[in-house]
This record gives sequence, C-alpha cells and structure tokens, in this order.
Amino acid sequence: MSLLELDGVSVRYGDRRALDGVRLAVAEREIVCVLGPSGSGKSTLLRAVAGLTPVAGGAVRLAGRDLRGVPAHRRGLGLMFQDHQLFPQRDVAGNIAFGLRMRREPGERVAGRVAELLELVGLPGAERRAVATLSGGERQRVALARALAPDPRLLMLDEPLGQLDRDLRERLVVELRQLFGRLGSTVLAVTHDQGEAFALADRVVVMRAGRVVQVGTPVEVWQRPANAFVARFLGFRNVVTATVGGGEARTPWGAVRVSTGPTADVGPGERTLLVRPSGVRLSPADEGAPLTGTVAARTFRGDHVLVLVQPAGGGPELEASCALREAPGVGATVGVSLDPGEVVVLDGEPTGDQHRDQLS
Amino acid sequence: MTRRALAGGALLAVPLLFFAVFFGYPVAAIVGRGLRADGVWQLGRLPEVLGDPGTLRVLWFTCWQAAASTALTLALALPGAYVFARLRFPGRRVLHAAVTVPFVLPTVVTGAAFLALVGRGGVLDDAFGLRLDDGVWAILLAHAFFNYAVVVRTVGGLWAQLDPRQEEAARVLGAGRLAAFRRVTLPALTPSVAAAALMVFLFTFTSFGVIQILGSPGRATLEVEIYRQTAQLLDLPTAAVLTLLQLAAVVALLAAHRLVTRRHVGALPLVDPAGTAHRPRGWAQWTALGGVLATVALLLALPLGVLVERSLAGPDGYGLEHYRALAHADGTFLVAPAEAIGNSLRFAAAATLIALVVGGCAAVALTRRAGRLTRGFDALLMLPLGTSAVTVGFGFLIALDEPPLDLRSSWVLVPLAQALVGVPFVVRVLVPVLGAVDDRLRQAAAVLGASPWRAWREVDLPLVWRSLLVAAGFAFAVSLGEFGATVFIARPDEPTLPVAVARLLGRAGALNYGQAMALSVILMLVCAVTLLLLERLTPSRSAGTF
Amino acid sequence: MQRSSIQRATAGLLVLGLAALTACGSDDGENGSGGGDGGDEVVLVTHESFLVSEDVLEAFTEETGYRVSVLRAGDAGVVVNQAVLSAGNPQGDVLFGVDNTLLSRALDAGIFAPHEAAGLDQVPAELRLDDAEHRVTPIDTGDICVNYDRAYFDEHDLAPPRTLEDLADPAYADLLVVQNAATSSPGLGFLLATVSAFGEDGWAGYWESLRENGVEVVDGWEQAYNERFSGAGQGGDKPLVVSYATSPPAGVVYGGDERPDEAPTGVATGTCFRQIEFAGLLDGAANPEGGRALLDFLLGREFQEDMPLSMFVYPAHQDAELPEEFTRYAEPVEEVHELAPEEIAEHRDRWIDEWTDLVVR
Repeated sequence: MSLLELDGVSVRYGDRRALDGVRLAVAEREIVCVLGPSGSGKSTLLRAVAGLTPVAGGAVRLAGRDLRGVPAHRRGLGLMFQDHQLFPQRDVAGNIAFGLRMRREPGERVAGRVAELLELVGLPGAERRAVATLSGGERQRVALARALAPDPRLLMLDEPLGQLDRDLRERLVVELRQLFGRLGSTVLAVTHDQGEAFALADRVVVMRAGRVVQVGTPVEVWQRPANAFVARFLGFRNVVTATVGGGEARTPWGAVRVSTGPTADVGPGERTLLVRPSGVRLSPADEGAPLTGTVAARTFRGDHVLVLVQPAGGGPELEASCALREAPGVGATVGVSLDPGEVVVLDGEPTGDQHRDQLS
Repeated sequence: MTRRALAGGALLAVPLLFFAVFFGYPVAAIVGRGLRADGVWQLGRLPEVLGDPGTLRVLWFTCWQAAASTALTLALALPGAYVFARLRFPGRRVLHAAVTVPFVLPTVVTGAAFLALVGRGGVLDDAFGLRLDDGVWAILLAHAFFNYAVVVRTVGGLWAQLDPRQEEAARVLGAGRLAAFRRVTLPALTPSVAAAALMVFLFTFTSFGVIQILGSPGRATLEVEIYRQTAQLLDLPTAAVLTLLQLAAVVALLAAHRLVTRRHVGALPLVDPAGTAHRPRGWAQWTALGGVLATVALLLALPLGVLVERSLAGPDGYGLEHYRALAHADGTFLVAPAEAIGNSLRFAAAATLIALVVGGCAAVALTRRAGRLTRGFDALLMLPLGTSAVTVGFGFLIALDEPPLDLRSSWVLVPLAQALVGVPFVVRVLVPVLGAVDDRLRQAAAVLGASPWRAWREVDLPLVWRSLLVAAGFAFAVSLGEFGATVFIARPDEPTLPVAVARLLGRAGALNYGQAMALSVILMLVCAVTLLLLERLTPSRSAGTF
Repeated sequence: MQRSSIQRATAGLLVLGLAALTACGSDDGENGSGGGDGGDEVVLVTHESFLVSEDVLEAFTEETGYRVSVLRAGDAGVVVNQAVLSAGNPQGDVLFGVDNTLLSRALDAGIFAPHEAAGLDQVPAELRLDDAEHRVTPIDTGDICVNYDRAYFDEHDLAPPRTLEDLADPAYADLLVVQNAATSSPGLGFLLATVSAFGEDGWAGYWESLRENGVEVVDGWEQAYNERFSGAGQGGDKPLVVSYATSPPAGVVYGGDERPDEAPTGVATGTCFRQIEFAGLLDGAANPEGGRALLDFLLGREFQEDMPLSMFVYPAHQDAELPEEFTRYAEPVEEVHELAPEEIAEHRDRWIDEWTDLVVR
C-alpha cells in the first residue's frame, strides 16, 4: 500500500494553477524524486503535502487517512527546507531537538537522540556549535538531522543539495541514499537537477507547469522521455518533428531507420523524434556519410566532447557526443550519420521549439 | 480569504480600533464640536481663521522657529552622529545613553534647568554675561537639547553601518579625503539626515512645553495657540481650524518623511557597526571628538548638572535634605511626594503594556501584510505625536462620555493617553526586526510540530525579545515623562512625577523648589537607567532609531 | 542556558505589567467611577492646586456618610472649560475652582444647579456675586499682588512700592517682573487690577509708563517667581514680582524649619486684584444630595480653617480663624481692585489683545 497518495491535488495562487490535478503515490520505504524546472510546482507540491499551502481540490492521503483540515504541526511529517531554515538563535542541538521538544520527549532521551543523529549525519560532538559558524555542508547535515529527529513517517526534502558546490553535492547524494536505505526512510524529494534526482531516487516524477508529465525509474525516464519537454529538460537537443511510417522516419536531417524493439508499437504519422548525441556519428567529410555539416561549437565535458554541427542542407543543429581524441575542430566539415539504435520515437503530440525557452 | 489573512486582519483590528476609539473619535469629536452648529458644518470659519493676521503670525513663527531649530540641531548633532558612529572612546556607551535622556525628560523638568543655564543669573550669564532667555535663542537651544539624540541615533545608526571600505575604494580611485566623503558617504547619509531633520522639524513644529517655559510672550507655536484657544478661551471653532491646520502640516511632514526614508532603504551595503568604529586617529578626529564632548557637556550635561546641583543646595549648604523631605507628607500633597514615584511607575507600566500590545499587533500586521491597506498605516500611528495634548484631553472628555465608554473619570485614561505617544516608538522599533524574521522559519517550526502560538514563542520571540524590551523601555520612558495629556485628563489618582514637579514648582517656598528639583533628578535617573539598560540590549542592527 | 533565562525575564516583565494593570483595576473597582451610580460617593471636580487635609475629608464622611472622590485636571480655566463642554452630563457632582474671571462663562453655559449653602449668611456680601440665584457659592479669596524682596529694599535703602502708581516711578525702574496676561492667571489678574484702577481709558497709558520703566514680561508664574524674583532665593535678580498676597507666608512655611520674625518678602498692598473662588453643584449630577452636603461642608468652619495652609487662600467665612502663619507673616490688603464678572467676560479678550500689542510686541 502507498504511504502517501495524492489524488488529483490542485493548488491555486490567485488565477494561476500551481498544481493541477496531481496524482502521485509514494510507497513505504521508497525514495521518490520530483524533477522539474523552477515554476513547475514541485515546491508547492511539498508545501501542499506538509499543510503549509491550502489545497484547492483533490485529496492528500497519508497511510490512507485524508489530511484535509489537519494543520501542519499535526501531520507528523519531516520537511527539509530549500535553504535549511535553521533557527539562528539556537545552537545545533537546539535545532535538532526542536521537533522532539514539541513532542514533549524527556530531556535525557532528547540529548541521546541528538547525539545519535549528529553521529549519523557525520557531525559528532557538534551539539553546542552556533548555527552561524556552520559551513553550507554542515548546515545541510544539521537540517537533515533536525528533520529526521522526530522520526517522521515521510521525509520531504526541498532542493536538499541546492546551494552546495558540485563536488560536495555529488558526495552527499551518495551518502543520503545510503543513509535512507539504512534507516528505511520514505522520502519525497524535489529538485531541478536531473543528476541529483537520478542518483537519489527509486522513482522519478517529472513535472511541468503544475502537472505530472512522466513517472518512472531513472533508467526508464532517461531512456524513454515521455515527450519533447522531458527530453529537452533532460538536456537533449536533437528533438525534432518527423513523419514516421514503414519503419522509417523522415526528419529535417533526412530519412532515418526507426528500429523495431521498444518503439515497434509506435504507429505511423507525425511524431517527435529524439536522437541521442551518442547516436550522432561523425566521420571525415569524404567518407560518404548521408549528411554533411560544419562544426559550429565544441563543449568539453570531461570524458567527452559535445560537438554542435550545422547541417549543410539546412535544418536544426545536431549535437554529437565524441571521444576526446576524435572531436573535430570548430569550422571543420564533417560527415554525419545517425545510429538507429539511439533514435527514439517519443509518445505524445509532436512539438516544435516553442517550449525550449522554458527550459533554461 | 484564507485563515492567515483573517488572522492578519484581526491583528490589524486591535491597533485600528484603539486609534479609532482613543484618538480618531475624540479628536473628530472636538473638531466637530468646533465646526458644526445645529448639525451643519460651519466651514466659513476656515478661511476666516486662516486669513487672520494673528493666525498667520503664529504659523510664521511656528515654521521658522522649527526650521531654525532643525538647522541648529543638525549643526550641533551631526558631528555627534559621526563621533558616536565611527570613533571608539571610553564611556561611549554611557554617553550615548545619556544624550537620549533629554528626549524623554518632561519639559517641565528641563525647562527650569535650561533657564538656569541661559537665563539671567544663569551659568552663562555669570561666566560671560551671556543671556539668552529673552531671545529666541533659548528656544532654539532647548530644541537642540531635546532633539540632539534624534539626529545622533538616526544618522549615527546608519553611519555606523556604512562600510568604510566604500570610502577607501573612492580614495584608492584618486579622490581626496573630503571628496571621498562628499561623493560616497554624504550621498549615502543624505536620506537619513533628511529623515532626522524631518523628525526634528515635526517635534519642534509641535513644540509646547519648551515654548511655554522659555518662550517670551508673543512667541507662540500653533500648539500653544491651540492650547490657549481651547483651555483658556474655549474658542472651539478657532481651535478646530488650527488643529486641522496642524494635522495637515504633520501629515505632510510624515508623508515627506516616508518618501525620503523609503527611497534608499536596502540599496546600501550595510555592515556590522561593531567593525566600523576605531580609536581616533590624527588631529582632525581628535578635534571632532573634543568638539562633540564639549557640545555634550555644555548643551546636555550642564543643564542636567544644574538640576542636580539645585536639588542638593539647601539653606545650610549642600545635602540630601530635599530628598529626605520627599518621604514626608506635608501641605502641598496629601501623601509624601515620593509616592508620586510609585504612581508614575505604575502608570508607565500600564501604558507600556498597552503600547506593547497595540504597537506589537500593529507591527506584526504591518510586517505580515504589506498590502495597500497597511501602507501609510504606520504613518497614521505617528499622528498622536503631532496632535495637541489638550485636543486629545478635551476630546476624551466629550467623546468618551457615554456608557460603556464613559472613561472620563477613570484612571485608565492616563495610561491610554500615554500609550498613544508610546505606540509609535514601539512600532518603529519592532517593524524592522519583525520584518527580518523569515516566514519559513515559522513554517519549519510548524512542520516540526509547533502550533502557531508555540511557533511564535519559539521562533519570533527569541529573535525579537531584545527589540521588544527596547520598545518597552522607550514606551516606558516616554510614558514616564508624559505631562501634557496627563495634565488635561481629570484623574482621581495621586500625581505622577511630572505633575508633582509642576505642582511643587507652582508654589512659593525654597523647600518646594528644592523638592521639585530632587523629584526631577529622580525622574531623570529613572529615565537614564532605563535608557542605559536599553543601550546594553539594543541589537546591533539599527533598531531604536526614531 | 542564558538565553532562556532572559526569555523568562521578558515573560516576567509582561506578567508584572499585567499584574500592575489588574492591581490598578481593582483600585478602580473599590473607588467606583465618577458619574456612576451615585450611592454614597460624591465626586468633586477641581483644579491641580486643590488640596485639603485628609482628616478634614474624613470628618465629612463621618458627618454625612458620603465619601469624597477628588477629580483633578489642569488649571482653573481647563476645569471650567471641561465642565462647559460636558454640560448636562458632568464628570462629577460638585465643581470647585471657578473664579470671578471665569464665572460669567460658567454661568452662561448653565453648568450649575442652584443651592443655597448653609452658612452663606456668614460670607461678606461683596463676595456673594450670585446672591440672586445661588448657582455658585463663594469659598475663598486670594489676592494677586506685587510682592517685594525685603532684603533688596533694605540694602538699597529704598522704600518698597505700595501702589500701582509707585510701580511707574523711575525709582523702581527695571525692578518689576510680571506674567503674560494671555497665558498666566496672575498675569491676567494684574492686568485686571490696572483696568479696575485706571479705567477703560487709562490702563493703556499706565502700561506704557510701566514699559518705559522697564517692566519685564515672562510667560508663567513659575518662571517669574522661581527664576526671576530675587526674593525666591534661586538666583533671580528682580525684587518685584506679581504673585499672591499669601506668597510671603507660603515662603516661610516652605522655606525651612526656621520661623523668622518677619517674612523675607512683602506685599505691595495697594496693587491687589481680588480673586474669588466659587463652588457649585453641577447640573445633571449623579449624586445631587451628596453634592449639596459637600457644598455646605466646603463653607463650614472645618474646611474653611483648613484652607489657608493647604491652598494659601483666605477663607470666605468671616468667622473662620486664620492660622498663626497668616496673622504673623501675611499683610492685610488695604485696597483691592475688583471688576464685575460680566465686565471681565465681555472685555477680557479685547483687553488681552490690546495689552499684548502694547506690552509684548
């Protein structure tokens, strides 16, 4: 049975619908990560579950019980705020003990639990430190310990690693996942960072403009974005409208074979097509590739290079992923071929470029 | 409408109701009594009174003495603002509290002391043959004496938080010391100087006690004229027109104040004031420090010192005779004058409580709902500062005369009237601090299981308690010294300190005079101790400015 | 933890304030309120200067069963004006403190209900200004006179002035300080004395000669007497000041423990304006019976003999005995200047305006 259920939940801010009929379930001990650009309603989702934002329609159920009319302080949930919101006038222990004090736990039990939690988040002995003296990473840990202290049935994290630098973030995400696994926590997190979401979550929920657009495991979402929006949000550029029929798709870059296998059930007609950068193969211009183009830009990505190719016959630019040594220089003329194994026909309506700017 | 909006409305309702019942309604009633006859508005009085040469003379004197007082106060106090903000020297804290003492002292106390300084036979007369009591100089100096702290606190508070590195940056870019000040610091300070100037102008524009005690005949401010028309001549139509005139002027001043304080807020990079002060360096800074100390000694300490000296002077040399006499009942009082201290403390405590509740609700409402409804509401709360005490006192009399509001002979009117003056200070201290409390902290507490009240106690209170105490202290000190309204309200009580001082001063006899001085010194000490405690509590950010 | 103890202190402070408030509240409950249910309380509305010995009021309670609650506000002008504003729905039962300069305004506003107080026949006829209707009862008189500093005139071998004319004598040049007639009650009294003495046509000329003789004008009595008058011993340098005929005995009583043979200050007995203070039953009083009893009491011997040393005024009752301090240190006033209340009411504003133009500007 699901621990948390959202059944057609809507939230309005004035005329704007911040959440529009959201359905979502989080199972016991599951880590679900809501992913979406800013303004997609993901923080509102957490606030609605926590009871900080009134719900205009639908129901939020926790372990089968409708939470309508239950004020925030009686929901027994944990919420870690985006910028932590530690109580500045209290020391570390005072922050962590807050929820326990609200439950009138006896003092010695509180002290024991605080020490245990500090141990857990890797800050043993930090009880008496002032909040102002903590680094960003330490604050994050204290905020986590504070949220975990009352042993909430559901732990919610709002951009848990948002303000930290990349290196720390990557380390902490792994730590968090291990920690939640060990504690058996049920977690609902929101983030705009796909890397964070994929690394943390058992399941990913992609949101857009207050609606859920895709739910799936990280692998499912990565491999088969539900539509052009999700594909673009995940960072793919090669998304175009194509006419599909007879095992073939006609794209601005010419005809491409559409593989059978997972996409075989897709019927003919106007479709959105995704070509992963790894499926764009570059070759010397004179090797007879079906398409030629000029390299417009190169972006170094550590273990590979993203090359932007302007096709000679017109059409949108193509992004190709190359090994470091093979990447052609800017201005070079290259041959381009598309690997049918990396071409995905997406569900949903074909879309043009009008949503691109929302992704920035 | 959400529950929160409703709660916000309820919070706003408390101060609104308070001001409507205890300020708006009484003032409207007394003005209406003056301008309505047989249920018809007699607006013909307006041009008649406004066109009267006597009114114009009063208006002219009111304006120019306020302008001159403001200029003099700025000239004397701006160096003080610099020195208290930027220089570190022994005794700075005590002195900073001490310069605020005159602001909360009742004029009835300091008027006498000030006369002793500038009047005939006064200190300056003895030393230099300099007498100022029959010129307008005495008024101007006394206004500077009262408002010195307004400038030092408002301008100095900001100055201390300006990043000195800005000026350093300008100097690195090739500006001279003076040019760097003119180009960098001065523009940053201008709004606060303007704000302080407007507050001083407001306080001196509505000056009553100083003019009454030091003013020579023929020099009357609007406030004094309203008092004369109401309390002596009972010419309510004229008083009503003058009251409206003064209210209009005060509203204009408050609007201007709002405009200058709004424009630059938040645009300046502010730093912790603790880090900007340093020991004086170079002859210029030592001169500034010396000059300010001399000004404080002459302008502020000397009159207060004279007060102390006179309280100790007896027929057989110096002693505590007058203080001892305070403990005994004699003919001037039914009870020992010392009991006035207890009365004052009780009333001030009640007034402080009222001011805290009303001002606190207003401050919370103002910070939670920055909507159009609340815009200008904080300025509205300042109106009592610019309204004649006699208008309010007589307004109470005719407005609150029906059950269930027949409070005319109730002791409670005194703290209520005092609270009217205290509320603006509470609001001004609390709003910036409450505004700085992040709503999400309260939400964090709620999610962790704290009810709204518990969240307020656990989150807001620890963050604002210092400011709450500061606000309470100001309201307390102002209530303690409040004289005007207290005197116009019929009370079944024993006298408060300022009333007792006035009563003692109103009688012949050296003993009465000495006891008046002794009571004044006690009042001064209570105010000073309150302020000194505040000084220790004042949060580093600019709470406590006017 | 230090912080929480400070929070407790804050909470404590609030609780203390609440306690103070409720404590005051319970006081109020005992006293009852002014124009409330009447009952056994009678409310006396009066000015700041009103004083009476406690045992005198207790005697009234014993005699009549009524308890007196005293309501004070401002000076006599404020009290009368407040009563005029609340005519018909008064703050209390009896008003004490309306003097002959304010009497017409009070009577015209109809704030008093008639009552002929017991003992009125013992009051000299010249004080009984409302003998036809008995709306007000004369209680005391106080004379506003020029006071002089004996030491100064001894030292300078100069006879102190006696009459108004003397004050214009160049021998007394630059010695006199008076109050602003527009803002001070003795200042107005002194102006009225000159109007009474020199008449409608002559007073302005007299003031011109006073001005030429260097008269100084200050705003209030406190400033004139305490700060400017050399006889007060606070550093003033003017040996002549407008004050009260009773200031010399007051100066002795409040001058220390010594009782000199002669008061250090004296009175120019030909410069006096007579102020008569009246009391009256307020129309619409909640307790008119108690009010009438209180009026009778105010004119009774006990209260009348308590007044001189509490308020430094002369009792209106002709048989009231004066205390030793009065018989020894006060001088009998030989010539009082008087004006009818109606005349004062009619012309006062004009006199003040003309006086201001003449003397102040």
